[in-house]
Amino acid sequence: MGPFVAVMFDGFAYGMLLFLISVGLSVTLGMMNFVNLAHGAFAMLGAYVTVTLMNGYGWTFLATLPFAFVVAGLASVAFEQTLFRPLYRASDLDQVLLTIGLVFMAVAAVAYVFGTESQPIHIPDYLRGFVTVGTANFAVYRIFLVAVALVVSVLLIVGLEYTRFGAQIRAAVDNQRMARGLGIDVDRVFAYTFALGSGLAGLGGALAIEVVGLDHSFALIYLIVMLIIVSVGGLGSISGSFVAAIVIGISDTAGKYYFPYLGAFLIYLVMIAVLMWRPAGLFGRR
Amino acid sequence: MTAPPGPPSRPHEFLSAQVRWHPLEIAFWLATLLPFYFFPSYLSLASQIAIAALFALSLDLILGYAGIVSLGHAAFFGMGAYTAGLVSKWGWGEPLSLLVIGAAAAGLLGYATSFIIARFRHLALIMLTLGIGLLLLEAANSASWLTGGADGLQGIAIWPIFNTFDYDLWGYTAYTLSLAVLFAVFVATRRLIHSPFGLSLRGIRENAMRMPAIGAPSEQHIRTVYTISAVMAGLAGAMIAVTTSTVSLETLSFERSADVLVMVVLGGAGRLYGGIVGSIIFMVARDQFSGINPQYWLFWIGLLLVLVVMFLPNGILGGLAQLKWFRRSRP
Repeated sequence: MGPFVAVMFDGFAYGMLLFLISVGLSVTLGMMNFVNLAHGAFAMLGAYVTVTLMNGYGWTFLATLPFAFVVAGLASVAFEQTLFRPLYRASDLDQVLLTIGLVFMAVAAVAYVFGTESQPIHIPDYLRGFVTVGTANFAVYRIFLVAVALVVSVLLIVGLEYTRFGAQIRAAVDNQRMARGLGIDVDRVFAYTFALGSGLAGLGGALAIEVVGLDHSFALIYLIVMLIIVSVGGLGSISGSFVAAIVIGISDTAGKYYFPYLGAFLIYLVMIAVLMWRPAGLFGRR
Repeated sequence: MTAPPGPPSRPHEFLSAQVRWHPLEIAFWLATLLPFYFFPSYLSLASQIAIAALFALSLDLILGYAGIVSLGHAAFFGMGAYTAGLVSKWGWGEPLSLLVIGAAAAGLLGYATSFIIARFRHLALIMLTLGIGLLLLEAANSASWLTGGADGLQGIAIWPIFNTFDYDLWGYTAYTLSLAVLFAVFVATRRLIHSPFGLSLRGIRENAMRMPAIGAPSEQHIRTVYTISAVMAGLAGAMIAVTTSTVSLETLSFERSADVLVMVVLGGAGRLYGGIVGSIIFMVARDQFSGINPQYWLFWIGLLLVLVVMFLPNGILGGLAQLKWFRRSRP
């Protein structure tokens, strides 16, 4: 029983991490129908901000996290305003090509600046070690991850449900033209949402270093996982991303533990099965 | 004052006007023979280019004509390569029949997956093509008893063509074979897209909902063209196995799917020659830059993609066509 609980918990914590990274992509895709493959590059940016501040300037881990959030968010707005905005009405293909081009450039630029080796970080001692309950061991860092992700989720849901800005986002996701007709500045709402989503990706990227490691290919590898979560969860749905991230996190972790020879097979199978069953994702309406 | 020739009034006149060979096309195909005389040391590169062009042509058929964005087209390329490689390993090394076997295997896979592809559009479609591609890569990686896994397929033995022409170091045979296959497939594709079926594909690309209303079943057409494209991609994969006697996991990788997409977009999607021109430029550039670190090569590919999307939305050939139109429209 012990290992099973531990594997489930590890998968859950991994899922929470994936949720943080991908929730922004889901909301922005649902709002503007913009296929932003560069989202993974913003997660990678956040991770490298943390690595640079810790290893280059001696900051503590927790102090770097807000900066990972802010830098990724600001950088994303700069790209949104200049490169992405003209493409909102373009075809899927153009959006995919431009944003994957940016991912390629980001991967190569990181390899140039930081090299291709994996970047180590030293998290503080109080985030290390295990808590033992009965026969199951829970890593402290993963408990910390779950706590952060749950706090963020509650903030997101409360913000979306009970604030004026949240209502504007929901209106814009539901029906963009109608929202514009009611006088909502959808472009401005979208820019803020985009920054928030990319900032969360940056935060998620920084938190991910300890769990999955970090090197220059991060943006490409996790891009695929992110897209799986978004398409399984359904575009524009926060609860959908949450459920999908848990499903993918647990199937990936449990798959690697119980069926190591299957490799990454399981999550691709889960994705194809879900999309065959519900083309718009679990919680998608379109 | 003569009136400019108006659009042909009858559909079959329009189609036959499109089918006529342009002098530039004939010049282009004659130019493909030049490497035999002028660049004999680049013949193996030329053979790689011809295979890449065949692969790009197959993607262009579904991307440029039917509007199916695929991020996993390497699945069929790898299927063709592994099938041809495995059959030769099991003792049958006759190259031309290996090409047919590889293409047929990829076609079967294409037909099976076309039922999934035809039902979806937009993000779900992109994700499904990507997912199927990655699934096949993982399968080939874990079934190392069959495929050799990460080490690649060992023990491929290809017989000489017609038991006469063996594969020389310079690649005379390889380029001859690749060019002949590319030209044959090109002529067939050219015929296909100028047929009523090809026209209805373009209609599906523009609006898949309206085509059934004028009597063209969208799903059925998409399934057909997807299978044809898979056969062509499998043929290109089998060509790699036959001409180089090596098959590795790279034939199934995401990079290969992304590269071929870049070639088609660079040249211009939805134009027969787009994929061919794109693959020539892409492969020659990669050959010239092969000295630099592959990580930095990725940067230039990315920059190229961004620039093409922003400034050349219809690729190089689209840009040239626009230039010609612009010149002609001025007095």
